[in-house]
Amino acid sequence: MRTAVVVLALALAAAAQVRAQNDAVPSFKEVDSIEARVQGCVTCHGQSGQGTDNGYFPRIAGKPAGYLYNQLAAFRDGDRHYPPMNYLVAYLPDKYLHEIAEHFARLRPPFAAREKASADAATMARGKALVTAGDSGKGIPACIACHGAGLTGMEPGIPGLVGLRPTYIVAQLTRWRVGERHAAEPDCMKRVAIRLTDADITAVGAWLSQQDPPANPSPESSNLVRMPFACGSQR
Amino acid sequence: MRTGLRVVVALVVVASVAVAILLWMRPGTLPAPTGAAAVAAAVSPTTQVINRGEYLARAGDCVACHTLPNGKPFAGGRPMPTPFGALYAPNITPDEETGIGAWTADEFYRMMHTGVSRDGSLMYPAMPFASYTKVTRDDSDAIYAYLMSVAPVKQPNRKHELRFPFNKRELLLGWRTLYFKEGEYKPDPAQNAEWNRGAYLVEGLGHCAMCHTAINALGGSSEAKAFEGGMIPNQNWYAPSLTSNREAGLGEWDIKDIVDLLQVGASMRATTYGPMAEVTYNSLQYMTDEDMRAMAVYLKTLPKRDAEAPPTSQARLVAPAVMETGRKLYASQCAMCHGMEGKGFPPAYPPLAGNQSITMASPVNSIRMVLNGGYAPGTKKNPRPHGMPPFNHILDDEEAAAVVTYIRVAWENSGTPVAPAQVNELRKMLPE
Repeated sequence: MRTAVVVLALALAAAAQVRAQNDAVPSFKEVDSIEARVQGCVTCHGQSGQGTDNGYFPRIAGKPAGYLYNQLAAFRDGDRHYPPMNYLVAYLPDKYLHEIAEHFARLRPPFAAREKASADAATMARGKALVTAGDSGKGIPACIACHGAGLTGMEPGIPGLVGLRPTYIVAQLTRWRVGERHAAEPDCMKRVAIRLTDADITAVGAWLSQQDPPANPSPESSNLVRMPFACGSQR
Repeated sequence: MRTGLRVVVALVVVASVAVAILLWMRPGTLPAPTGAAAVAAAVSPTTQVINRGEYLARAGDCVACHTLPNGKPFAGGRPMPTPFGALYAPNITPDEETGIGAWTADEFYRMMHTGVSRDGSLMYPAMPFASYTKVTRDDSDAIYAYLMSVAPVKQPNRKHELRFPFNKRELLLGWRTLYFKEGEYKPDPAQNAEWNRGAYLVEGLGHCAMCHTAINALGGSSEAKAFEGGMIPNQNWYAPSLTSNREAGLGEWDIKDIVDLLQVGASMRATTYGPMAEVTYNSLQYMTDEDMRAMAVYLKTLPKRDAEAPPTSQARLVAPAVMETGRKLYASQCAMCHGMEGKGFPPAYPPLAGNQSITMASPVNSIRMVLNGGYAPGTKKNPRPHGMPPFNHILDDEEAAAVVTYIRVAWENSGTPVAPAQVNELRKMLPE
């Protein structure tokens, strides 16, 4: 009996392993479908945009279509710099980028298991404070003020933060702070990022990566809150 | 009854004649012209010239070099890395001070035809004047008229950053003696009008030779080696030979497949990626079907010249273990789109079996596709292209070399094996 349980557990683990791998391998049913057309994305972002076990590539499923389109267009036009992406989308027309963005925005694949926490308690506390309350002394608004109480983002241009790994969050905030990444003017994220220290960024990334996704992973509608900073990507 | 019928017929005839006369006599109701004639009749001569100039500027792909990514069209500033240092394409908007607003049509033609700038200085051959010299005066004037009609942009030119001695323009005299032959395109009377139109576009505005003829250490391309292919400096893609049927020679292709590859970006035999995708995206997708066909007709007749002998069976030997690694990887990662038999789902996913760009001597493009993936260009006739994902982070050097080796020799493909070191070298370069 015990042997059977062990065998079953091993089989399940193996199946999960195979699935995790297969999620990043090309697969589709119809050649003439959007699923087949976006096979160029799957080895990094997964078949459903859920991300892959590689720590850097972000989950893109369920982020607002406006946000995803802005990123695709910025990669194409060289406004956002990441050579593998710049190369892939360099010659794709606007209308198609919208279609790709809307495709991944519609998907709601399950969230991957989160990484084991490595930060100490003080770092986690600082991260939680910045995400949920901000730091009024330094003029830093709470992340949730724009990215939603459930951290699922806001239509049309603010991405969800839940399900992202700390390496990705830290890299993006750092790039924003040093001016390598930027958004449509007025660039609200820049105003936030320049107020963050390296330690703040590490703390935010660490705490965010330990949050469970809410029951409804959809982005918030844009008419519920007034944002602390004006954002060009919300216009 | 019969009388009644006759009356009716007579009435119909009279009525028809009356209507016809009325229509004929009504002023301003000439028969409507159709097709191209309708467009030509509707627009003024100036508009016609500017329209033609815009089309020809597309054929010459001026925008590709003279516009910064996301910058104002034709305002220049785009860096062109060369083995000799960086060149910066100048502003060719009609701004009086920083652009070409003060140029005359004569000066513009002299520049196109001889590679001499308005101030008399010699131009660097990054400007493809060795090709543009073939452009007729009439076409040069049309391009000039179009450029004068675009919005002027005040943006000073950036100084070139060439290393000594390449920053000395006097040296260009030597280059010109060796590699530049001035002269408009002379139609070949032995060929028909379509072939000559194709040759004019390919050799002139299309400036295909800039990439598809190898460039030597002096930055020159030898006419004797025209269209024989070569590495594109600083882009790390291989521009295949257009004269060898073992590379991108089109001798055995259907005209339709050539047109689809160049204008649509994807065909039943192959798909464009990398620098050629840019050419299709910026230039060739806008060409008329007639002009594309003419270019295809000409390209198909380029003389067959294989620079090297086909690989020997010795050179094609693959270690069985490498072949087995490659086969397994192919089955798990590639076969979904390209098929177990390498037939693909063209034009969405290109075939690999019998695909010259897979089997040609240089494996650079195949390795790059496996590492970086790629999307065909989104064009008017294929606005939603399919794409291939990168495998850079999934396959190590041995695995990537094995899978590229596999597709180069499987299904009676005539390629040679690839070494892990070749993969490693390309992996270190960023995709461009």
